[in-house]
Amino acid sequence: MFDWITPELLAIFFGVVKAVVILLGLVITAAYMIWLERRLLALWQDRYGPNRVGPFGLGQVIADMVKIFFKEDWMPPFADKFTFVLAPFLAMSLMMLAFVFIPMTPTWGVANPDLGLLFFLAIAGLAVYAVMLGGWSSNSKYSLLGGLRSTAQTISYEVFMGLALMGVVLQAGSFNLREIVASQDGMWNVFPQILGFLAWVPAALAVVHRTPFDLPEAESELVQGYHTEYSGMKFGMFMVSEYVGIVMVSALTVALFFGGWHGPFGLWTEQIPFLWFAAKTFFFMASYILVRAALPRPRYDQIMAAAWLWCLPISLINLLVTGAVVLWRAGV
Amino acid sequence: MAADGTPTTVPDIVRELSNRFGDSLFTLQPTADGMPTLWLPVERLHEVLRWLKTEAPLPYAMLYDLTAIDERLRKNRYGQPAADFTVVYQLLSVARDLAKPRTAAGDLRLKVALQGEFPHLPTITNVYPNANWYEREVWDLFGIVFDGHPSLRRIMLPPSWKGGHPLRKEHAARATEFDPYQLTALRQDMEQEALRFNPEEWGMKRGTDEHDFMFLNLGPNHPSAHGAFRLVLQLDGEEIVDCVPDIGYHHRGAEKMGERQSWHSYIPYTDRIDYLGGVMNNLPYVMALEKLAGIKVPERVDCIRVMMTEFFRITSHLLFYGTYCQDVGAMSPVFFMFVDRQKAYDVIEAVTGFRMHPAWFRIGGVAHDLPRGWEQKVREFLDWMPKRLDDYRKAALNNSILKARSVDVAAYNTADALEWGVTGPGLRATGCNYDLRKVRPYCGYENYDFEVPLGHKGDIYDRAVVREEEIRQSLRIIEQCLNNMPSGPYKADHALTTPPVKDRTLHDIETLITHFLQVSWGPIMPAGETSFMVEATKGINSYYLVADGSTSSYRTRIRTPSFPHLQQIPSVIRGQMVPDLIAYIASIDFVMADVDR
Repeated sequence: MFDWITPELLAIFFGVVKAVVILLGLVITAAYMIWLERRLLALWQDRYGPNRVGPFGLGQVIADMVKIFFKEDWMPPFADKFTFVLAPFLAMSLMMLAFVFIPMTPTWGVANPDLGLLFFLAIAGLAVYAVMLGGWSSNSKYSLLGGLRSTAQTISYEVFMGLALMGVVLQAGSFNLREIVASQDGMWNVFPQILGFLAWVPAALAVVHRTPFDLPEAESELVQGYHTEYSGMKFGMFMVSEYVGIVMVSALTVALFFGGWHGPFGLWTEQIPFLWFAAKTFFFMASYILVRAALPRPRYDQIMAAAWLWCLPISLINLLVTGAVVLWRAGV
Repeated sequence: MAADGTPTTVPDIVRELSNRFGDSLFTLQPTADGMPTLWLPVERLHEVLRWLKTEAPLPYAMLYDLTAIDERLRKNRYGQPAADFTVVYQLLSVARDLAKPRTAAGDLRLKVALQGEFPHLPTITNVYPNANWYEREVWDLFGIVFDGHPSLRRIMLPPSWKGGHPLRKEHAARATEFDPYQLTALRQDMEQEALRFNPEEWGMKRGTDEHDFMFLNLGPNHPSAHGAFRLVLQLDGEEIVDCVPDIGYHHRGAEKMGERQSWHSYIPYTDRIDYLGGVMNNLPYVMALEKLAGIKVPERVDCIRVMMTEFFRITSHLLFYGTYCQDVGAMSPVFFMFVDRQKAYDVIEAVTGFRMHPAWFRIGGVAHDLPRGWEQKVREFLDWMPKRLDDYRKAALNNSILKARSVDVAAYNTADALEWGVTGPGLRATGCNYDLRKVRPYCGYENYDFEVPLGHKGDIYDRAVVREEEIRQSLRIIEQCLNNMPSGPYKADHALTTPPVKDRTLHDIETLITHFLQVSWGPIMPAGETSFMVEATKGINSYYLVADGSTSSYRTRIRTPSFPHLQQIPSVIRGQMVPDLIAYIASIDFVMADVDR
């Protein structure tokens, strides 16, 4: 009667269940990240933040979501319809797709391809299309400027983001994220790869357009930048994609530099791998918010200059040194 | 000076002018404010202004104000040359004010008499470039034509305005005298079309041979425009090739209102000129009237006035500080500064009963005495603020990103500042030590121990640092007020003090009658002209009042600092980038109500 249940089918079934659980977890975390950001910003800015709906204002996210679903889905008559709709979908789906490769525990994770890190870099490169298309299709000058800034910024930062991560790859000898995490047993990459980490942090901020790299949507200059003309759920998708991006990039930082599911000094790594991973990810998510609370926004050309004059040389030096050390250890 | 305002000695500048151009050219007019006021024929205007600006010993580098008076209904003119309209030029010589030894204030008022319904006279934009907007304003509101003006068009009123020139005496002052306003769909489209920017009208090119420029409408609704302010940018990428500021979206006709409010009931309107300045706005108005009426206020009044205006300087500068940080992208400081402002407003509210618009100064005094326990409230604020300022310096002003955004950006030197009529922190950031509280002390400022903070580069950063330091100096002044508050009455014992002193009203009928008339109709100020300049929160603010012997003003001219500051924008920002413009706008620290009145 149950003959058709083969082990392969079961594996597929559990794989799908895992993926759905992770997807839901990610979206819910991203949504609550909005609440977290508002509460933390408020804490650091001497105010209360949302504290009325439900305990600690936790219901605020649900209320906001209900509101945004019922908002009029207005499309500017001068916009390029197809691209205008496509852009927010791209933004959200690409950021979620990038999360596929994140290893959360030795066994949990949606997929585990051998070239996971390369996939991530490819997707980070594609993500700029969402912003660029959104800015261009809105047919509004502020949106266009936002889109252009985003493109220029991505070009500058993609270059050394890849290079900054190559040190990690060299050290682990693999592009597979799970193996990279496993290789950090005992020594987290952040120590040997400190230069790579320093270059990665601004690049990671730039990928998700967070302060001080939020030039594409600099509200004091470009109103809302590339999503000025968006409203309702399409705006909501851009917004959620930003927070999904933060969760994803925080998780990636943990996986690449902070030992993923490893506890500090190997403490309880076997017992609570997921909790370690989650706690570290949470720490980086909160730091994103702290950065936003603390820093002003540099000018566009200053950001470019910083990318080419500081980050690129740092990542090149890092790559050189790591390469030399790896070769020396291999006894070549 | 004699009691009627006639100068007993002839001011230096009048002597110098007579020596240069001959005695017969000028007619000297006595005014209540003692400012040298000369009438001259329109044909010689250019020659005289040019000499004053460039050749005069200690030249008059700044055109401080330019306005007009519709003289057709004025009764008391006391031997002034016959005129239907008068154009008034007020010049300011910072050099004379700062000269040592200083012999007289560096003010000069020149008047030109014009005949006819819509008179013409030559523009002076070729002598003083900042006359541009002032002349547009005079044309817009009076219909006086300035021949040779580069772009004589509406500035306060919309380009489609059909209602004539409102400051003319035949123009109605009340909305009830017009048909109700209706905005039909057709009219709305027409009005919007009228606002479409046409680069050719401003002598701009739409592009070069290789590419087109982008024309970006920044405002009237934009997060960083600080009110209803519109800037049209000609962009090459993100670089600003040129820009055209467009004002008037906040124009409420405050000057016209002065002509039908009583002297007393106009005070609340002044509050709303620089709406962040609160009682700071009342000060030049009531001081000008006190000069006209010959009221000498008690020491306690002076001290209370100094204290309250310094409180408003602090709240205004704090708002600047916060929004400036926000405009360069720092999100948090503004929230902290709003907390501090609230602490200051707590004190202000306890003393005046209101927060932002107390309308609390009166002709000849203040509205009521300080409340019991005010010392403790003020002390609490003085204890609270300095530590916070130190924190902000660490968190905001010393931040390297903020410095990179503002050091050497949008800089201008003292000469440029004077050329464009810049006053206040914007002038002092260029290193020019010109603060009216020191140069021409009023309200007893000479008795206070405080410094005038100066910058030296005249860039965005210096303007911010100067203001931050001014907050500290204001705290020093307030502390001295707190420690040395004189006792005594809070109103002058004078017939024109408003509302009048009431103690004797129930004892003799004459006092009761005068009291009744003064409260119901308002005081009657003696005919004459008066003005007063104060170092307000954003620069020099002054009221020029023409009294014609009635219960209200014949002409109220409000010279605000923000108006010339905005006019200067294109000359400073050409060749810089959009984010620089945003930071620059923030560093000007203007409110549109102060620009448009």
